[in-house]
Amino acid sequence: MNDTNVQRRQFLKTSVGAAAVAIAPGMLLFDMAHGKTEAVSNKVRWGMLIDTANCADGCNDCVNACNKENGLSGGLSPTDSQWIRKIELKDKLTGRELSLPMMCQHCENPPCVDVCPTGASFGRADGIVLVDKHLCIGCRYCMMACPYKARSFVHEALHDQKPDVPRGKGTVESCTMCVHRVDKGLQPACAEACPNKSILFGNLNDPESEISRKIRTVASIQVRADLGLNTGVRYQGL
Amino acid sequence: MANLSPLRFQTRLYYVLVALGGLIVLIGLYAAHMMEQHGHIITGMNNQIVWGTPHVFAIFLIIAASGVLNVSSIGSVFNKPAYKARAPLAGLLSIAMLAGGLTVLMLDLGRPERVIVAATNYNITSVFAWNILLYSGMFAAVVMYLWTMMEKRMKAWSKPAGFLVLIWRFILTTGTGVIFSFLVVRQAFGTAILPPMFIVISFAWGMAVFHIVQSSIYAWNLKILDEYVQKRMRNLMGLFVIAALYFVATYHLTNLYFAKQTEFEQFILVSGGVYPLLFWVGYVLVGNLLPLVLIYHPAFGKTRSVIAASLLIIIGGFSLLYVLIVGGQAFPLSIFPGYEVSSSFGDGFIGQYSPSMPEILLGLGGVGIAFLITAIGIRVLDFVPREIPKTPLK
Repeated sequence: MNDTNVQRRQFLKTSVGAAAVAIAPGMLLFDMAHGKTEAVSNKVRWGMLIDTANCADGCNDCVNACNKENGLSGGLSPTDSQWIRKIELKDKLTGRELSLPMMCQHCENPPCVDVCPTGASFGRADGIVLVDKHLCIGCRYCMMACPYKARSFVHEALHDQKPDVPRGKGTVESCTMCVHRVDKGLQPACAEACPNKSILFGNLNDPESEISRKIRTVASIQVRADLGLNTGVRYQGL
Repeated sequence: MANLSPLRFQTRLYYVLVALGGLIVLIGLYAAHMMEQHGHIITGMNNQIVWGTPHVFAIFLIIAASGVLNVSSIGSVFNKPAYKARAPLAGLLSIAMLAGGLTVLMLDLGRPERVIVAATNYNITSVFAWNILLYSGMFAAVVMYLWTMMEKRMKAWSKPAGFLVLIWRFILTTGTGVIFSFLVVRQAFGTAILPPMFIVISFAWGMAVFHIVQSSIYAWNLKILDEYVQKRMRNLMGLFVIAALYFVATYHLTNLYFAKQTEFEQFILVSGGVYPLLFWVGYVLVGNLLPLVLIYHPAFGKTRSVIAASLLIIIGGFSLLYVLIVGGQAFPLSIFPGYEVSSSFGDGFIGQYSPSMPEILLGLGGVGIAFLITAIGIRVLDFVPREIPKTPLK
């Protein structure tokens, strides 16, 4: 082998090595920034089963956990955002009383997504309904369309936001099912915080998941099931 | 040049009015600027009443913009000479009010600077998105129509253009009604009667606006409106008012028959405070009964009565929209039918709303825009009706 060939091989080896060293940290950072590279798929449908019999009257732990996780102020004025709230119910005929948490029901056919002019309201393949804060123009039509009053409009400038939870003045927002936690394999903050384990979170598309097994055996309903929205959140004991 | 103009405005008064209109527009823009800077916290709107006074103004202007074109359609499509002479003015008014209404809607957005996103990211299932096309198409259609009427060489095309405008405005007002009738869960909305109701209402409101503008122009130019024309247009407006009232009555009567809707009707017609008051006094009495007396009673029916009737119809229109839009949201959503509900988010309770100054000023700014476009339009172009009087001169 002559010298020229050796030199050429050497040069190529060094170049490839240098390129690898140059690119690798970038790739690593890119990976870190994007988290899982695997796209969400409709093999999963995230959902919740809420046991109203266990939901204690006056307990607000899920609401507080949501506020803390998502950086909400916790204010209760009509212009403050409330992603999850406790509703007290009393049957008008029988007088039976109960209490339950209400939030975005993550519908399969969400009216908010249908009416959004820019497509800012969207449903992920795994059933989580979100608002893209870069596309939302703040028209509030989704708030008019939502049957569950699940959405809030950001009425003033925000401070001390959480890096994982984008929010912005002049845009509409609602429960994200703690998508930033779910994507890391964690539970939504409300489900984790409930002292009575009344919020069961899981994959409705997996027949072997705890939530699927439970909704097969106990009576549960969707709120305003008459609307045909196929909500991801179901209630037991209502 | 001046003596060639068909107009003999009282120049000083004209400039004062234009300056006043400009000032109202500026104040409206300032209000919008404040809303953008501070956020909607400075308005009366909240998470329950998400659409408020700006929407009342905007929807009034958009509905009237469609209805005023009735004058054009009767002229160009149905060949009535009295209306044909007025078609260009109606077209100008339509563009003016559409511009005013859309500006208000746009400036009320949470992020008005992103309005372009509505064009770049288009959601085909959204009736709002359809309306973006309908509104811009309307501008184009009316401008084209005006061109065919004002350019001699294009005259032959004015009938097909008028026909296009006729169809387009029907679809446009249907689209405006559908914004509400697609809201299946809101008890005030979610009914297919709203689009046709909006169309009929638009005839009455559009005619009322037209009467006021026409009378003002004639008064300024020291012209006298032909009695025959006055009578025809006045009676037609009366007919539209009756037809609109019929639709509104049908809407409420149908609701009253449904057990699930009676609570809502009880609220909006009887117990809801400002809403029943505005409905019965503002809409039914001031917006319908009084104008009908002024139109049809033999003791009235002259120019002043017609102007008064038109103003009252407009006041009635604002009242009706306030009751429908704001009152319709104030009544709580029925999330758990059969249950009494309460929460920290206003569930089960009547939503509170009082219009704030920035909202009102923004709405008035929209009216100011419509006024300015009209005033400048009739000054620089030939929009004033010219005709040979049918009534013999006394």
